[in-house]
Amino acid sequence: MNGGTFRREFEVTGGDFYNAGRVSTEIKEILRQIGIAAPKIRRIAIAAYEAEMNIVMYARSGMVILQVTPEIVRLDVSDVGPGIENIELAMQEGYSTASEEMRALGFGAGMGLPNIKKNADRFEIRSEVGKGTTLEIEVNL
Amino acid sequence: MTRNGGSIRIDEARCTGDMACMRVCPTEAIRVRGGKARLLESRCIDCGECIRVCRPRAVSPVTNSFAELSRFDYRVALASPVIYGQFGPAASPERILAALEKAGFDCAVDSTQTCEAVSAAIGHYLRTSGGPRPLISCFCPTVLRLIEVRYPELIELVIPIESPKEILAREVRKAKARDLNLPEDRIGIIYLTPCPGKMLDVLERPGRRRSNVNGAIAISDIYRTVRSLLPIARGSGGGRPQISAVGLTWATLGGQTAFLPPEHRLEVAGLRNVERILTDIEMGKLRDVEYVELHTCPDGCVSGSLLVENPYVARGRILEIIGRLGPQPRERELAEFCEKGEYLADRNLSAQAPGALDLDVGRAISKIRRLEDIQQLVPNINCGACGAPSCTAFAEDVVREEAHLNDCVFMALSQLRAKHNQVVDVVREAKG
Repeated sequence: MNGGTFRREFEVTGGDFYNAGRVSTEIKEILRQIGIAAPKIRRIAIAAYEAEMNIVMYARSGMVILQVTPEIVRLDVSDVGPGIENIELAMQEGYSTASEEMRALGFGAGMGLPNIKKNADRFEIRSEVGKGTTLEIEVNL
Repeated sequence: MTRNGGSIRIDEARCTGDMACMRVCPTEAIRVRGGKARLLESRCIDCGECIRVCRPRAVSPVTNSFAELSRFDYRVALASPVIYGQFGPAASPERILAALEKAGFDCAVDSTQTCEAVSAAIGHYLRTSGGPRPLISCFCPTVLRLIEVRYPELIELVIPIESPKEILAREVRKAKARDLNLPEDRIGIIYLTPCPGKMLDVLERPGRRRSNVNGAIAISDIYRTVRSLLPIARGSGGGRPQISAVGLTWATLGGQTAFLPPEHRLEVAGLRNVERILTDIEMGKLRDVEYVELHTCPDGCVSGSLLVENPYVARGRILEIIGRLGPQPRERELAEFCEKGEYLADRNLSAQAPGALDLDVGRAISKIRRLEDIQQLVPNINCGACGAPSCTAFAEDVVREEAHLNDCVFMALSQLRAKHNQVVDVVREAKG
Protein backbone atom coordinates (compact mmCIF):
# COMPACT_ATOMS: atom_id res chain seq x y z
CA MET A 1 0.00 0.00 0.00
CA ASN A 2 1.76 3.12 -1.20
CA GLY A 3 1.11 6.31 -3.23
CA GLY A 4 -2.59 6.09 -3.97
CA THR A 5 -3.68 5.01 -0.53
CA PHE A 6 -6.36 6.59 1.61
CA ARG A 7 -5.74 6.05 5.30
CA ARG A 8 -7.64 7.04 8.39
CA GLU A 9 -7.54 6.05 12.03
CA PHE A 10 -10.52 5.80 14.32
CA GLU A 11 -10.53 5.42 18.08
CA VAL A 12 -13.09 3.20 19.78
CA THR A 13 -13.82 3.37 23.51
CA GLY A 14 -14.69 0.19 25.39
CA GLY A 15 -18.14 0.21 26.99
CA ASP A 16 -19.26 3.30 25.05
CA PHE A 17 -22.55 1.94 23.70
CA TYR A 18 -23.79 5.46 23.05
CA ASN A 19 -21.34 5.94 20.20
CA ALA A 20 -21.18 2.32 19.14
CA GLY A 21 -21.54 1.97 15.39
CA ARG A 22 -20.30 5.45 14.53
CA VAL A 23 -16.93 4.30 13.26
CA SER A 24 -18.46 1.75 10.88
CA THR A 25 -20.95 4.34 9.66
CA GLU A 26 -18.12 6.76 8.94
CA ILE A 27 -16.15 4.05 7.16
CA LYS A 28 -19.18 3.27 5.02
CA GLU A 29 -19.56 6.95 4.17
CA ILE A 30 -15.91 7.19 3.08
CA LEU A 31 -16.20 4.10 0.90
CA ARG A 32 -19.29 5.57 -0.72
CA GLN A 33 -17.40 8.78 -1.54
CA ILE A 34 -14.59 6.75 -3.03
CA GLY A 35 -17.16 5.01 -5.19
CA ILE A 36 -16.72 1.41 -4.01
CA ALA A 37 -19.40 -0.90 -5.40
CA ALA A 38 -22.44 -1.30 -3.15
CA PRO A 39 -22.17 -5.07 -2.39
CA LYS A 40 -18.52 -4.62 -1.32
CA ILE A 41 -19.43 -1.68 0.90
CA ARG A 42 -22.02 -3.85 2.60
CA ARG A 43 -19.48 -6.60 3.36
CA ILE A 44 -16.92 -4.14 4.68
CA ALA A 45 -19.53 -2.27 6.72
CA ILE A 46 -20.72 -5.48 8.38
CA ALA A 47 -17.15 -6.58 9.17
CA ALA A 48 -16.29 -3.11 10.50
CA TYR A 49 -19.41 -3.02 12.64
CA GLU A 50 -18.75 -6.44 14.20
CA ALA A 51 -15.14 -5.49 14.90
CA GLU A 52 -16.18 -2.17 16.41
CA MET A 53 -18.81 -3.86 18.58
CA ASN A 54 -16.28 -6.41 19.84
CA ILE A 55 -14.15 -3.55 21.15
CA VAL A 56 -17.14 -1.77 22.71
CA MET A 57 -18.35 -4.98 24.38
CA TYR A 58 -15.14 -6.57 25.61
CA ALA A 59 -12.11 -4.27 25.41
CA ARG A 60 -10.89 -1.17 27.29
CA SER A 61 -10.07 0.74 24.16
CA GLY A 62 -9.20 0.10 20.58
CA MET A 63 -8.30 1.47 17.20
CA VAL A 64 -9.57 0.85 13.69
CA ILE A 65 -7.30 1.80 10.79
CA LEU A 66 -8.92 2.01 7.39
CA GLN A 67 -6.79 1.85 4.26
CA VAL A 68 -8.13 1.98 0.72
CA THR A 69 -6.33 1.54 -2.59
CA PRO A 70 -7.87 0.91 -6.01
CA GLU A 71 -7.24 -2.81 -5.38
CA ILE A 72 -8.13 -3.42 -1.77
CA VAL A 73 -9.89 -2.21 1.36
CA ARG A 74 -8.09 -3.10 4.54
CA LEU A 75 -9.08 -2.76 8.18
CA ASP A 76 -6.56 -3.16 10.97
CA VAL A 77 -8.33 -3.48 14.27
CA SER A 78 -6.46 -3.61 17.54
CA ASP A 79 -7.63 -3.41 21.11
CA VAL A 80 -6.32 -3.27 24.64
CA GLY A 81 -8.38 -5.77 26.57
CA PRO A 82 -8.77 -9.26 27.96
CA GLY A 83 -7.80 -11.05 24.76
CA ILE A 84 -9.25 -14.36 23.61
CA GLU A 85 -8.22 -17.60 25.29
CA ASN A 86 -9.27 -20.05 22.62
CA ILE A 87 -9.44 -18.47 19.18
CA GLU A 88 -10.60 -21.66 17.50
CA LEU A 89 -13.58 -21.80 19.82
CA ALA A 90 -14.30 -18.09 19.39
CA MET A 91 -14.44 -18.55 15.63
CA GLN A 92 -17.32 -21.04 15.93
CA GLU A 93 -20.78 -19.69 15.19
CA GLY A 94 -22.87 -19.35 18.31
CA TYR A 95 -19.95 -19.44 20.73
CA SER A 96 -20.00 -16.42 23.00
CA THR A 97 -18.63 -15.26 26.31
CA ALA A 98 -21.12 -12.40 26.50
CA SER A 99 -22.92 -11.83 29.79
CA GLU A 100 -26.66 -12.44 30.14
CA GLU A 101 -27.12 -8.68 30.27
CA MET A 102 -25.43 -8.15 26.91
CA ARG A 103 -27.37 -10.96 25.30
CA ALA A 104 -30.59 -9.43 26.55
CA LEU A 105 -29.56 -6.28 24.68
CA GLY A 106 -29.19 -8.34 21.54
CA PHE A 107 -25.41 -8.51 21.58
CA GLY A 108 -23.07 -11.43 21.96
CA ALA A 109 -24.92 -13.92 19.79
CA GLY A 110 -21.57 -15.48 19.02
CA MET A 111 -21.77 -14.40 15.41
CA GLY A 112 -19.24 -11.57 15.50
CA LEU A 113 -15.93 -13.12 14.49
CA PRO A 114 -17.41 -15.76 12.14
CA ASN A 115 -19.39 -12.98 10.50
CA ILE A 116 -16.24 -10.90 9.94
CA LYS A 117 -14.52 -13.89 8.41
CA LYS A 118 -17.50 -14.63 6.19
CA ASN A 119 -17.46 -11.10 4.78
CA ALA A 120 -13.69 -10.80 4.31
CA ASP A 121 -11.47 -12.08 1.49
CA ARG A 122 -8.60 -12.34 3.94
CA PHE A 123 -8.95 -12.47 7.69
CA GLU A 124 -6.33 -12.89 10.38
CA ILE A 125 -6.68 -12.80 14.10
CA ARG A 126 -4.04 -12.71 16.84
CA SER A 127 -4.68 -12.44 20.52
CA GLU A 128 -2.77 -12.41 23.76
CA VAL A 129 -4.66 -13.11 26.97
CA GLY A 130 -4.58 -10.09 29.27
CA LYS A 131 -3.23 -7.81 26.55
CA GLY A 132 -5.56 -7.62 23.61
CA THR A 133 -6.58 -8.73 20.16
CA THR A 134 -5.68 -7.63 16.65
CA LEU A 135 -7.60 -8.31 13.45
CA GLU A 136 -6.55 -7.91 9.84
CA ILE A 137 -9.48 -7.74 7.47
CA GLU A 138 -9.18 -7.36 3.72
CA VAL A 139 -11.73 -7.15 0.96
CA ASN A 140 -10.49 -7.19 -2.63
CA LEU A 141 -11.98 -4.64 -5.00
CA MET B 1 -28.41 8.64 -12.32
CA THR B 2 -30.64 10.05 -15.02
CA ARG B 3 -33.65 11.88 -13.77
CA ASN B 4 -35.69 13.68 -16.28
CA GLY B 5 -37.50 16.19 -14.18
CA GLY B 6 -38.04 15.59 -10.50
CA SER B 7 -41.17 16.04 -8.47
CA ILE B 8 -40.14 19.49 -7.33
CA ARG B 9 -40.06 22.78 -9.15
CA ILE B 10 -38.37 25.96 -7.95
CA ASP B 11 -39.82 29.23 -9.20
CA GLU B 12 -36.85 31.59 -9.59
CA ALA B 13 -38.99 34.71 -9.59
CA ARG B 14 -40.41 33.85 -6.18
CA CYS B 15 -37.23 32.43 -4.65
CA THR B 16 -35.66 34.87 -2.19
CA GLY B 17 -32.61 32.70 -1.53
CA ASP B 18 -33.46 32.50 2.19
CA MET B 19 -31.87 29.01 2.41
CA ALA B 20 -34.70 27.47 4.43
CA CYS B 21 -34.99 24.66 1.87
CA MET B 22 -31.24 24.17 1.76
CA ARG B 23 -31.03 23.77 5.52
CA VAL B 24 -33.92 21.35 5.83
CA CYS B 25 -32.99 19.06 2.91
CA PRO B 26 -32.03 15.68 4.37
CA THR B 27 -29.80 14.67 1.47
CA GLU B 28 -28.08 18.03 0.95
CA ALA B 29 -29.58 18.29 -2.53
CA ILE B 30 -30.07 22.06 -2.58
CA ARG B 31 -27.52 24.83 -3.17
CA VAL B 32 -28.09 28.55 -3.30
CA ARG B 33 -26.17 30.10 -6.18
CA GLY B 34 -26.51 33.71 -7.20
CA GLY B 35 -29.21 34.17 -4.59
CA LYS B 36 -31.46 31.43 -5.99
CA ALA B 37 -32.04 27.88 -4.82
CA ARG B 38 -30.94 25.12 -7.16
CA LEU B 39 -31.86 21.46 -6.93
CA LEU B 40 -29.23 18.75 -7.47
CA GLU B 41 -31.64 16.22 -8.89
CA SER B 42 -29.43 13.18 -8.58
CA ARG B 43 -29.55 13.59 -4.79
CA CYS B 44 -33.21 14.56 -4.40
CA ILE B 45 -35.40 11.90 -2.82
CA ASP B 46 -38.72 13.73 -3.36
CA CYS B 47 -39.48 13.98 0.35
CA GLY B 48 -41.12 17.39 0.00
CA GLU B 49 -39.48 18.92 3.09
CA CYS B 50 -38.45 21.94 0.98
CA ILE B 51 -42.06 22.51 -0.06
CA ARG B 52 -43.13 22.55 3.58
CA VAL B 53 -40.60 25.17 4.69
CA CYS B 54 -40.53 27.58 1.74
CA ARG B 55 -42.14 30.81 2.95
CA PRO B 56 -42.26 32.66 -0.38
CA ARG B 57 -43.77 29.44 -1.83
CA ALA B 58 -41.21 29.23 -4.57
CA VAL B 59 -40.93 25.45 -4.20
CA SER B 60 -43.89 23.51 -5.47
CA PRO B 61 -44.65 19.93 -6.46
CA VAL B 62 -44.95 18.97 -10.11
CA THR B 63 -48.52 17.74 -10.47
CA ASN B 64 -51.10 17.14 -13.13
CA SER B 65 -54.01 19.53 -13.32
CA PHE B 66 -57.64 18.68 -13.71
CA ALA B 67 -57.71 20.25 -17.17
CA GLU B 68 -55.18 17.75 -18.52
CA LEU B 69 -57.71 14.98 -18.04
CA SER B 70 -59.83 16.10 -20.97
CA ARG B 71 -57.67 14.06 -23.32
CA PHE B 72 -59.28 10.86 -22.04
CA ASP B 73 -62.74 9.49 -22.92
CA TYR B 74 -63.23 8.02 -19.47
CA ARG B 75 -61.62 9.27 -16.27
CA VAL B 76 -61.08 7.14 -13.20
CA ALA B 77 -59.95 8.51 -9.82
CA LEU B 78 -57.95 6.09 -7.67
CA ALA B 79 -58.59 7.08 -4.07
CA SER B 80 -55.74 6.26 -1.73
CA PRO B 81 -56.94 5.38 1.80
CA VAL B 82 -55.63 8.67 3.23
CA ILE B 83 -58.33 10.67 1.47
CA TYR B 84 -60.98 9.31 3.85
CA GLY B 85 -59.34 11.11 6.75
CA GLN B 86 -59.46 14.52 5.10
CA PHE B 87 -63.07 15.67 5.34
CA GLY B 88 -64.24 15.24 8.92
CA PRO B 89 -66.78 12.88 10.53
CA ALA B 90 -69.72 13.81 8.29
CA ALA B 91 -68.01 12.45 5.19
CA SER B 92 -68.19 8.67 4.88
CA PRO B 93 -65.85 6.98 2.39
CA GLU B 94 -68.84 6.29 0.12
CA ARG B 95 -69.80 9.93 0.17
CA ILE B 96 -66.27 11.08 -0.63
CA LEU B 97 -66.16 8.73 -3.62
CA ALA B 98 -69.54 10.04 -4.77
CA ALA B 99 -68.29 13.64 -4.46
CA LEU B 100 -65.28 12.77 -6.62
CA GLU B 101 -67.66 11.50 -9.26
CA LYS B 102 -69.54 14.79 -9.12
CA ALA B 103 -66.24 16.67 -9.39
CA GLY B 104 -65.56 15.50 -12.92
CA PHE B 105 -64.38 11.91 -12.66
CA ASP B 106 -66.52 9.34 -14.42
CA CYS B 107 -65.74 6.86 -11.71
CA ALA B 108 -63.99 6.93 -8.31
CA VAL B 109 -62.45 3.67 -7.16
CA ASP B 110 -61.63 2.72 -3.59
CA SER B 111 -58.23 1.08 -3.11
CA THR B 112 -58.51 -0.37 0.41
CA GLN B 113 -59.33 -3.91 -0.73
CA THR B 114 -56.28 -3.92 -3.00
CA CYS B 115 -54.15 -2.60 -0.12
CA GLU B 116 -55.35 -5.50 2.03
CA ALA B 117 -54.57 -7.96 -0.77
CA VAL B 118 -51.03 -6.57 -0.94
CA SER B 119 -50.68 -6.98 2.85
CA ALA B 120 -51.58 -10.63 2.35
CA ALA B 121 -49.11 -10.85 -0.55
CA ILE B 122 -46.32 -9.58 1.71
CA GLY B 123 -47.00 -12.44 4.14
CA HIS B 124 -47.23 -14.92 1.28
CA TYR B 125 -43.94 -13.78 -0.25
CA LEU B 126 -42.13 -13.97 3.10
CA ARG B 127 -43.40 -17.52 3.68
CA THR B 128 -42.54 -18.78 0.21
CA SER B 129 -39.21 -17.12 -0.58
CA GLY B 130 -35.74 -17.67 0.82
CA GLY B 131 -32.80 -15.30 0.84
CA PRO B 132 -31.52 -12.62 3.18
CA ARG B 133 -33.68 -10.84 5.74
CA PRO B 134 -35.11 -8.46 6.74
CA LEU B 135 -36.90 -7.45 3.56
CA ILE B 136 -37.69 -3.78 3.19
CA SER B 137 -41.03 -2.32 2.18
CA CYS B 138 -41.23 -0.63 -1.18
CA PHE B 139 -44.43 1.41 -1.07
CA CYS B 140 -43.00 4.76 -0.02
CA PRO B 141 -41.24 6.09 -3.16
CA THR B 142 -39.17 8.45 -1.03
CA VAL B 143 -37.79 5.51 0.94
CA LEU B 144 -36.87 3.82 -2.34
CA ARG B 145 -35.12 6.96 -3.55
CA LEU B 146 -33.32 7.22 -0.21
CA ILE B 147 -32.12 3.63 -0.61
CA GLU B 148 -30.90 4.33 -4.15
CA VAL B 149 -29.10 7.49 -3.12
CA ARG B 150 -27.78 6.61 0.34
CA TYR B 151 -28.09 2.84 0.88
CA PRO B 152 -27.56 1.18 -2.51
CA GLU B 153 -26.16 -1.84 -0.64
CA LEU B 154 -29.72 -2.59 0.50
CA ILE B 155 -31.41 -2.66 -2.90
CA GLU B 156 -31.40 -6.46 -2.92
CA LEU B 157 -33.47 -6.42 0.27
CA VAL B 158 -36.34 -4.41 -1.20
CA ILE B 159 -39.36 -6.71 -1.42
CA PRO B 160 -40.36 -7.22 -5.10
CA ILE B 161 -44.06 -6.53 -4.69
CA GLU B 162 -46.20 -4.26 -6.81
CA SER B 163 -47.88 -1.28 -5.16
CA PRO B 164 -51.66 -1.33 -4.64
CA LYS B 165 -52.19 1.59 -6.99
CA GLU B 166 -50.41 -0.20 -9.86
CA ILE B 167 -52.31 -3.47 -9.31
CA LEU B 168 -55.62 -1.66 -9.03
CA ALA B 169 -54.96 0.53 -12.08
CA ARG B 170 -54.16 -2.57 -14.13
CA GLU B 171 -57.39 -4.29 -13.05
CA VAL B 172 -59.59 -1.23 -13.43
CA ARG B 173 -58.28 -0.43 -16.91
CA LYS B 174 -59.00 -3.96 -18.12
CA ALA B 175 -62.45 -4.08 -16.56
CA LYS B 176 -63.51 -0.64 -17.81
CA ALA B 177 -62.23 -1.25 -21.34
CA ARG B 178 -64.29 -4.43 -21.45
CA ASP B 179 -67.44 -3.01 -19.88
CA LEU B 180 -67.45 0.22 -21.86
CA ASN B 181 -66.05 -1.24 -25.07
CA LEU B 182 -63.27 1.37 -25.17
CA PRO B 183 -59.62 1.02 -26.18
CA GLU B 184 -57.48 0.75 -23.03
CA ASP B 185 -55.55 3.93 -23.84
CA ARG B 186 -58.73 6.04 -23.90
CA ILE B 187 -59.17 5.39 -20.19
CA GLY B 188 -57.36 7.85 -17.93
CA ILE B 189 -56.50 6.55 -14.50
CA ILE B 190 -55.58 9.29 -12.09
CA TYR B 191 -54.13 8.74 -8.66
CA LEU B 192 -55.08 11.16 -5.92
CA THR B 193 -51.79 11.56 -4.15
CA PRO B 194 -50.88 12.57 -0.60
CA CYS B 195 -47.24 13.38 -1.43
CA PRO B 196 -44.83 14.46 -4.19
CA GLY B 197 -43.03 11.11 -3.99
CA LYS B 198 -46.05 9.15 -5.16
CA MET B 199 -46.65 11.79 -7.78
CA LEU B 200 -43.27 11.12 -9.30
CA ASP B 201 -43.80 7.38 -9.03
CA VAL B 202 -46.51 7.77 -11.64
CA LEU B 203 -44.73 10.11 -14.08
CA GLU B 204 -42.92 8.58 -16.98
CA ARG B 205 -39.17 8.65 -16.64
CA PRO B 206 -36.29 7.09 -18.52
CA GLY B 207 -34.94 3.94 -16.95
CA ARG B 208 -38.15 3.29 -15.06
CA ARG B 209 -40.89 0.89 -15.92
CA ARG B 210 -44.04 2.50 -17.18
CA SER B 211 -46.75 3.07 -14.63
CA ASN B 212 -50.29 1.77 -15.13
CA VAL B 213 -51.45 5.11 -13.79
CA ASN B 214 -51.74 8.02 -16.23
CA GLY B 215 -51.33 10.93 -13.87
CA ALA B 216 -51.55 12.19 -10.33
CA ILE B 217 -53.40 15.04 -8.72
CA ALA B 218 -52.52 16.36 -5.28
CA ILE B 219 -55.28 15.79 -2.74
CA SER B 220 -54.72 19.40 -1.65
CA ASP B 221 -55.56 20.51 -5.21
CA ILE B 222 -58.97 18.82 -5.30
CA TYR B 223 -59.74 19.41 -1.63
CA ARG B 224 -61.92 22.49 -2.08
CA THR B 225 -63.94 21.08 -4.96
CA VAL B 226 -64.65 17.81 -3.14
CA ARG B 227 -65.47 19.59 0.10
CA SER B 228 -68.02 21.80 -1.66
CA LEU B 229 -69.69 18.82 -3.34
CA LEU B 230 -69.95 16.64 -0.23
CA PRO B 231 -73.34 18.05 0.90
CA ILE B 232 -75.00 17.10 -2.38
CA ALA B 233 -73.12 13.82 -2.90
CA ARG B 234 -74.98 10.68 -1.88
CA GLY B 235 -73.05 7.57 -0.99
CA SER B 236 -74.74 5.05 -3.23
CA GLY B 237 -74.58 2.41 -0.47
CA GLY B 238 -74.93 -0.69 -2.61
CA GLY B 239 -72.88 -1.09 -5.76
CA ARG B 240 -69.55 -0.18 -4.19
CA PRO B 241 -67.33 -2.88 -2.69
CA GLN B 242 -66.91 -2.73 1.06
CA ILE B 243 -64.11 -0.63 2.53
CA SER B 244 -61.41 -2.86 4.01
CA ALA B 245 -60.25 -2.18 7.56
CA VAL B 246 -56.76 -3.58 6.93
CA GLY B 247 -56.57 -1.53 3.75
CA LEU B 248 -57.53 1.62 5.63
CA THR B 249 -54.61 1.02 7.99
CA TRP B 250 -52.35 1.74 5.01
CA ALA B 251 -53.11 5.42 5.65
CA THR B 252 -51.24 5.22 8.95
CA LEU B 253 -48.77 2.60 10.20
CA GLY B 254 -48.98 -1.17 10.30
CA GLY B 255 -51.15 -1.74 7.22
CA GLN B 256 -48.47 -3.60 5.32
CA THR B 257 -47.57 -5.76 8.28
CA ALA B 258 -51.15 -6.57 9.31
CA PHE B 259 -50.75 -10.30 8.59
CA LEU B 260 -47.25 -10.73 10.04
CA PRO B 261 -46.48 -11.92 13.58
CA PRO B 262 -45.38 -8.97 15.77
CA GLU B 263 -42.00 -10.50 16.64
CA HIS B 264 -40.91 -10.55 13.00
CA ARG B 265 -41.95 -7.11 11.87
CA LEU B 266 -41.13 -3.46 12.45
CA GLU B 267 -42.95 -0.28 11.46
CA VAL B 268 -40.77 2.80 11.24
CA ALA B 269 -41.84 6.31 10.28
CA GLY B 270 -40.05 9.62 9.87
CA LEU B 271 -37.03 10.22 7.72
CA ARG B 272 -34.42 10.26 10.53
CA ASN B 273 -35.84 7.07 12.01
CA VAL B 274 -35.86 5.40 8.62
CA GLU B 275 -32.21 6.38 8.13
CA ARG B 276 -31.35 4.91 11.52
CA ILE B 277 -33.07 1.61 10.83
CA LEU B 278 -31.50 1.34 7.36
CA THR B 279 -28.08 1.88 8.92
CA ASP B 280 -28.81 -0.90 11.40
CA ILE B 281 -29.90 -3.24 8.62
CA GLU B 282 -26.75 -2.37 6.73
CA MET B 283 -24.60 -3.38 9.68
CA GLY B 284 -26.43 -6.67 9.93
CA LYS B 285 -27.99 -5.75 13.27
CA LEU B 286 -31.62 -6.80 12.74
CA ARG B 287 -31.24 -10.53 12.73
CA ASP B 288 -34.67 -11.76 13.80
CA VAL B 289 -36.77 -9.30 11.82
CA GLU B 290 -38.42 -10.55 8.62
CA TYR B 291 -39.95 -7.34 7.30
CA VAL B 292 -39.68 -3.62 7.93
CA GLU B 293 -42.42 -1.22 6.90
CA LEU B 294 -40.88 2.18 6.25
CA HIS B 295 -42.42 5.61 5.78
CA THR B 296 -40.55 8.89 5.40
CA CYS B 297 -43.51 10.92 6.64
CA PRO B 298 -43.64 11.07 10.44
CA ASP B 299 -46.98 9.30 10.89
CA GLY B 300 -47.19 7.39 7.65
CA CYS B 301 -49.04 8.55 4.54
CA VAL B 302 -51.60 10.45 6.61
CA SER B 303 -48.92 13.11 7.16
CA GLY B 304 -48.04 13.51 3.48
CA SER B 305 -47.14 17.05 2.42
CA LEU B 306 -49.98 17.38 -0.13
CA LEU B 307 -52.76 16.81 2.40
CA VAL B 308 -54.92 19.41 4.09
CA GLU B 309 -56.21 17.97 7.38
CA ASN B 310 -54.00 17.93 10.48
CA PRO B 311 -52.34 14.47 10.40
CA TYR B 312 -53.40 13.54 13.94
CA VAL B 313 -56.99 14.52 13.31
CA ALA B 314 -56.89 12.60 10.03
CA ARG B 315 -55.49 9.52 11.74
CA GLY B 316 -58.22 9.72 14.37
CA ARG B 317 -60.81 9.88 11.63
CA ILE B 318 -59.32 6.82 9.88
CA LEU B 319 -59.33 4.87 13.16
CA GLU B 320 -62.94 5.90 13.71
CA ILE B 321 -63.97 4.54 10.30
CA ILE B 322 -62.09 1.31 10.99
CA GLY B 323 -63.88 0.98 14.33
CA ARG B 324 -67.24 1.10 12.63
CA LEU B 325 -66.49 -1.62 10.08
CA GLY B 326 -67.76 -5.08 11.00
CA PRO B 327 -65.83 -8.34 10.69
CA GLN B 328 -64.51 -8.91 7.19
CA PRO B 329 -63.81 -12.55 6.45
CA ARG B 330 -61.87 -12.48 3.19
CA GLU B 331 -59.41 -15.35 3.73
CA ARG B 332 -60.46 -17.22 0.58
CA GLU B 333 -60.22 -14.19 -1.70
CA LEU B 334 -56.86 -13.19 -0.26
CA ALA B 335 -55.46 -16.71 -0.59
CA GLU B 336 -56.57 -16.81 -4.22
CA PHE B 337 -54.94 -13.45 -4.91
CA CYS B 338 -51.67 -14.67 -3.39
CA GLU B 339 -51.70 -17.99 -5.23
CA LYS B 340 -52.03 -16.25 -8.59
CA GLY B 341 -48.69 -14.59 -7.85
CA GLU B 342 -49.48 -11.55 -9.98
CA TYR B 343 -48.37 -9.25 -7.21
CA LEU B 344 -44.68 -9.59 -8.07
CA ALA B 345 -42.87 -6.59 -9.54
CA ASP B 346 -39.36 -5.70 -10.54
CA ARG B 347 -38.70 -2.33 -8.99
CA ASN B 348 -35.74 -1.69 -11.26
CA LEU B 349 -33.79 0.32 -8.71
CA SER B 350 -30.40 1.56 -9.77
CA ALA B 351 -27.39 1.39 -7.51
CA GLN B 352 -25.30 4.14 -9.06
CA ALA B 353 -24.00 6.04 -6.07
CA PRO B 354 -24.27 9.78 -6.61
CA GLY B 355 -22.06 10.15 -3.53
CA ALA B 356 -18.91 9.03 -5.35
CA LEU B 357 -16.37 11.83 -5.85
CA ASP B 358 -15.09 10.25 -9.07
CA LEU B 359 -15.99 7.27 -11.21
CA ASP B 360 -12.39 6.08 -11.03
CA VAL B 361 -11.44 4.72 -7.60
CA GLY B 362 -7.84 5.93 -7.87
CA ARG B 363 -8.92 9.45 -8.70
CA ALA B 364 -11.62 9.34 -6.03
CA ILE B 365 -8.93 8.47 -3.47
CA SER B 366 -6.89 11.56 -4.40
CA LYS B 367 -10.05 13.63 -4.25
CA ILE B 368 -11.03 12.38 -0.82
CA ARG B 369 -7.55 13.27 0.44
CA ARG B 370 -7.97 16.75 -0.99
CA LEU B 371 -11.39 16.83 0.66
CA GLU B 372 -9.75 16.19 4.02
CA ASP B 373 -7.26 19.02 3.37
CA ILE B 374 -10.07 21.44 2.56
CA GLN B 375 -11.97 20.38 5.66
CA GLN B 376 -8.96 21.50 7.69
CA LEU B 377 -9.10 24.94 6.05
CA VAL B 378 -12.81 25.78 6.25
CA PRO B 379 -14.24 27.09 9.54
CA ASN B 380 -16.65 24.14 10.08
CA ILE B 381 -19.37 26.34 11.53
CA ASN B 382 -21.86 25.50 8.74
CA CYS B 383 -22.95 29.12 8.26
CA GLY B 384 -24.31 28.43 4.78
CA ALA B 385 -23.17 31.77 3.35
CA CYS B 386 -21.37 29.95 0.53
CA GLY B 387 -24.67 28.46 -0.59
CA ALA B 388 -23.95 24.93 0.63
CA PRO B 389 -25.74 23.47 3.66
CA SER B 390 -22.57 22.51 5.54
CA CYS B 391 -18.81 23.02 5.39
CA THR B 392 -18.49 19.34 4.51
CA ALA B 393 -20.91 19.70 1.59
CA PHE B 394 -19.02 22.83 0.50
CA ALA B 395 -15.68 20.99 0.62
CA GLU B 396 -17.22 18.26 -1.54
CA ASP B 397 -18.51 20.85 -4.01
CA VAL B 398 -14.98 22.32 -4.26
CA VAL B 399 -13.45 18.90 -4.89
CA ARG B 400 -16.09 18.24 -7.53
CA GLU B 401 -15.25 21.65 -9.02
CA GLU B 402 -18.79 22.86 -8.53
CA ALA B 403 -17.70 25.62 -6.14
CA HIS B 404 -14.59 27.70 -5.58
CA LEU B 405 -12.70 27.85 -2.29
CA ASN B 406 -13.19 31.63 -2.25
CA ASP B 407 -16.98 31.20 -2.22
CA CYS B 408 -16.40 30.66 1.50
CA VAL B 409 -16.45 34.12 3.09
CA PHE B 410 -13.87 33.05 5.66
CA MET B 411 -11.47 31.82 3.01
CA ALA B 412 -11.97 35.00 0.99
CA LEU B 413 -11.45 37.11 4.11
CA SER B 414 -8.19 35.43 5.05
CA GLN B 415 -6.92 35.91 1.50
CA LEU B 416 -7.87 39.54 1.67
CA ARG B 417 -6.09 39.88 5.00
CA ALA B 418 -2.95 38.30 3.58
CA LYS B 419 -3.06 40.75 0.67
CA HIS B 420 -3.65 43.66 3.05
CA ASN B 421 -0.66 42.66 5.15
CA GLN B 422 1.50 42.43 2.03
CA VAL B 423 0.52 45.98 1.08
CA VAL B 424 1.17 47.22 4.61
CA ASP B 425 4.61 45.62 4.50
CA VAL B 426 5.42 47.23 1.17
CA VAL B 427 4.28 50.64 2.38
CA ARG B 428 6.27 50.26 5.61
CA GLU B 429 9.39 49.32 3.67
CA ALA B 430 8.94 52.28 1.32
CA LYS B 431 8.63 54.62 4.28
CA GLY B 432 11.85 53.15 5.54
